[in-house]
Amino acid sequence: MAQARKARPISPHLQIWRWGPAMLVSILHRITGNGLAFAGLGLFLWWIGALASGPESYQSFLDYTWTGAGGGLQAATALLGKVVLIGLTWAFFQHAASGIRHLILDIGAGYELETNARWSILTIVFSVIATVLLWAFLLLR
Amino acid sequence: MGNGTSIGRVRGLGSSHHGTHHWLTSRLTAVGNLVLISFLIVSLALLPDYGYATVRGWVARPLPSIALILIMINTFTHARMGVQVMLEDYIHGEGGKIAAWLLVNIVPFAAAAFGILSVLRIALGGA
Repeated sequence: MAQARKARPISPHLQIWRWGPAMLVSILHRITGNGLAFAGLGLFLWWIGALASGPESYQSFLDYTWTGAGGGLQAATALLGKVVLIGLTWAFFQHAASGIRHLILDIGAGYELETNARWSILTIVFSVIATVLLWAFLLLR
Repeated sequence: MGNGTSIGRVRGLGSSHHGTHHWLTSRLTAVGNLVLISFLIVSLALLPDYGYATVRGWVARPLPSIALILIMINTFTHARMGVQVMLEDYIHGEGGKIAAWLLVNIVPFAAAAFGILSVLRIALGGA
């Protein structure tokens, strides 16, 4: 087995291929998906658990993730919380757009090189614009 | 798995015949997520404020509480499958595989149970 494996050709990996939109969107899909799974669902459970536990728990959740009202540690985690929350909304929009692209690829469409590259780029354009619009709406209203 | 004959070396290493179901479930839950998470984001964005009474009052309503429980099932299933595929791609040691197998088969269920109980406490617990 070991001898046979040594002689076999090795598939070129990330550092060999020239980067293109489809590669970028593919790895972003995995990164955003796993980010949403761990950080996103983790925060989601903290939120709903705190909300079920009562006003103090909920206020503690808000202070740690957003207001930083307690100063010190809370001020630091609240700064991180803002970055993570805004990042998670971008991750959702990117993962959703990229996911819709995958659903279309699954029916066999969109494999022509130019079409594929265009829709790959458009998923990123969409996710950035949607994130900016959502947070503009939330923070400026 | 044997190590003598050539058939003995490959037996048990082929397809487990669960791939199509995994793939299809991943797509079905993806479509569910598009509806559920869009509903969550739009609803939260339209709340007048994020104080305890407002947010808890929103969760306690029938449609939001149903949507949140569906998220605990649908989204957690989707996340579990995606994380499983990621771990399968990157973890190759036997010990790591067992740890990954324990992770994807225990944590999502415990997390979803916690989430569903939280929603039920809010939805059924009164004001």
